[in-house]
Amino acid sequence: MQALVIAAHGSHLNPDASDPTYAHADTIRETGAFDEVREAFWKEEPHFREVIRTLESDEVFVVPLFISEGYFTEQVIPRELRLDDWDPEQWDSDGTSASQATLEAEDVGKTIHYCGPVGTHDAMTDVIVQRAETATGDPDVGEGVALSVVGHGTDRNENSAKAIEYHSDRIAERDRFDEVKALFMDEEPEVDDVTEYFESEDIVVVPLFIADGYHTQEDIPEDMGLTEDYRLGWDVPSEVDGYQIWYTGAVGTEDLMADVLLERAADAGADIGDAREAVRELAASVAESGAESGPEPNAGAGAGD
Amino acid sequence: MTVSTDALETLLERASAGVAFDGLHVTETDGEYTLETPANEWTGLDEADCRRALESIEEYVTNWRYWQETVDGEGTARRAFLRWCERAPLADAADADATTGPWSDGDAPEPLAVPERYRALRDGIDREWGQLSITARFVDVDDPDGERVYDLWHVDDAGSDITDLEVYDDPREARELATYDEDGRYRPLKTAPTLPGGWAFTGLSGADLVETVEFFYPATVANWHRELRGNLDIDHWLETAERQTGIYDVIDELPREAVEWMAEACCVDSQCLRRREWQYEEGDDLDADGGDGPFPCREPCSLVIAAARKWAILESEEERTYELELTTSELNQLEDLIDAVADGRTDEIREADVNDGANRYRARYLRSKRFDDEGNLEATQVDD
Ligand code: SF4
Repeated sequence: MQALVIAAHGSHLNPDASDPTYAHADTIRETGAFDEVREAFWKEEPHFREVIRTLESDEVFVVPLFISEGYFTEQVIPRELRLDDWDPEQWDSDGTSASQATLEAEDVGKTIHYCGPVGTHDAMTDVIVQRAETATGDPDVGEGVALSVVGHGTDRNENSAKAIEYHSDRIAERDRFDEVKALFMDEEPEVDDVTEYFESEDIVVVPLFIADGYHTQEDIPEDMGLTEDYRLGWDVPSEVDGYQIWYTGAVGTEDLMADVLLERAADAGADIGDAREAVRELAASVAESGAESGPEPNAGAGAGD
Repeated sequence: MTVSTDALETLLERASAGVAFDGLHVTETDGEYTLETPANEWTGLDEADCRRALESIEEYVTNWRYWQETVDGEGTARRAFLRWCERAPLADAADADATTGPWSDGDAPEPLAVPERYRALRDGIDREWGQLSITARFVDVDDPDGERVYDLWHVDDAGSDITDLEVYDDPREARELATYDEDGRYRPLKTAPTLPGGWAFTGLSGADLVETVEFFYPATVANWHRELRGNLDIDHWLETAERQTGIYDVIDELPREAVEWMAEACCVDSQCLRRREWQYEEGDDLDADGGDGPFPCREPCSLVIAAARKWAILESEEERTYELELTTSELNQLEDLIDAVADGRTDEIREADVNDGANRYRARYLRSKRFDDEGNLEATQVDD
C-alpha cells in the first residue's frame, strides 16, 4: 500500500487557506493512484505531527504544498514528521532542485519519501502557463502578451525569489509570451510598478502563492492599482495606465496543481499508473469550459477572506 | 450464490489452515473437520457434515466473513474502531490496564459475543465519539448476511427525525461541516465542543465511516488505538516548546505558572474534547485538570502553541502598579466583563438586563465614564 500526504500550511484564522489542499487531494483521490490520500497541516488538523500514524500504508509519499524550499520544507515539516535522520543536504539542492529523500518516521516505523515542494518542480511552469490560459480564457494566449510571475520577495526566505525567477526563466525560454518578468511584493523589481516593465499592452499577472488570501486578494491587487479598495473587487482584465492587467489570483488554486503533486510523488518512486493523464485531462476540460464562459471567474472575488 | 453460502465456501477453504475468530473455531486435518463455538462443539465431521453444521451457525460464518474479508486490516486502528462501534471484543485491548481513557473504567459497556451482537445489530448499536453519535447496523435487517453499515450524526440530533436532517454519504462532506460552528464562525480546533448539528451520514461502509470520523476529529482514531494498546506517546510541554523554531522559539520561556494558566484556559472540557495527557514535563505534572474528554491529547496543539507565543511575549513584561478611580461596583463589573468574555457568554446577555455587569449598556456606560478622549482607561502608573 502507498499513501500520499499533502503537507500544507493551513490557518487558524482563515478557513479558505486549506481549500486548495483539499481540492487537489480530492482530485488525486479520484484517480485512485494511492490507497490513501491525506491532507496535513501546520496550523490545522491533522497536524504534521500526527498524520503519519493515521495511515495504514507502509510507503508514504509526503509532498509539501509550499512554493519554495526553505524554513518549512527544510526544518518544520521534517522535524514535525519525526524524520530524525533528515538533513537538508539529502536534497542536494541549489534552492530550486530538491527532489526527494527516503527516511523513516521514528514514531511509526514507516518508510517516508520526503519530496521537494510543489513550487519548485518543473511541472509548475506548466501550471503557471495554464493559469494564464484560464485567466484570459484563451488556450493560445501568448502572442502580444506579457506574463509576470509574482512572488513575495526575499524578506523571509532567500529561496522564495529563486523559485519565482526559475519559472519566469523557463517560461521565457519557451518564447510563447512576448515578455516575461519576475516581480515581487517586497523587493525590486516591485509589482507596484508592473506597467513600467512591459511594452505589451496585455499583461497577465500570476502570483506564485498556494492559496488566495491576504496577499493575493488584498495587497497585490491594490498595489498594482487594479482597485482602490480590495473589497470593491476588480475586473479581469483591469485597465491600468493604458495597459490591460489580467490578474489571476493564486496559482495554487489551479486544477493542474494536482498534477505537480503527482509528479513529485512519482519522481520519488510512487506508482501512479495513468493518474497524471487523468488529472491533465480534467484540468484541461475545466480550463476549456472556463474559456467558453469568458474571462476568469476570479473577477471581483476581491473580498477573499 | 448468496453472501452466506459464499462465506461458507471461503471458510471451508481456509479450514485447513485453521480458523479461530470471535468464538468460532474450524480446523481440518485429512478431510476431517472440527467445529466449535462457545455453545457447541462438533468433531469428526466430513465435508458435507461440516457444511450442514456451519449452516446451523450461520451468524458465526457471516460474522467471520465480515471481519476477515470485508473489514480486514488486522491490527489497524480502523478495524479496532469498527469493532468498538459494535461492542465487539477488542483483540488489541486484551490487557485491560492498557488504557487510561474513559472507556477503560467499569462504566464501559461489556463487549458482546456474536449472538448478542447479531441481535443488537438488527436494531442498531449506538456509540458516541465526542459529539458524534454512531450507529452500526445490518444492511439487511430481515435477513442479515453479516454486512454492516454505519450511520453518523450529531449527538444532539440523536432524537431528530432523519427527514429533518441534511443527509450525506461522501466522507469528504464532513470537512465542510466541521469547518464552522453554529454561528458560522471558523473552528480552527476540530475538537472544540462546537460542532454544529443538522446533518446525517447514512449507510456508510466501515472504511467510509472511519474516514468521515477522521475528517471530523483528525487523528483521534489512531491515538485512541495507541492509548488502547498502551503505547500512546506523550510529548510534554517543555519538549514540545523546546522543539519550536522561528517565531515560536520563545515559547519555552513561558513561566511554569503561566503554562498552568494556559492549560486551564484552553484545555478544559468546556473548550476542548481532548483530555490533556501532556504535563509540564515528565514527572512534573500540571495542577490544571486535564479534563474528561474522550480523546487523548498527546502534545500541545498548534492553537495552544500559537497562543503560548503571545503569552510568552506578554509575560516578559514587568508588572507595574497603577492607580485608578473605580467604585466598588465598577470593580465588580470589570470582573463580570472578563468572566462573560472568557465564558463566551456575551451573546446571551439580554439587552435590558442591566443587573448583569457585562450588559452592553453597562459596559458602554463604564467606557463613557472612565475612558478619556483617546479611549484609554484613566489610570496612573504610580511606581517607576
Ligand atoms: S492542547 Fe489543549 S486545547 Fe489543544 S487539543 Fe490538547 S487539550 Fe485540546
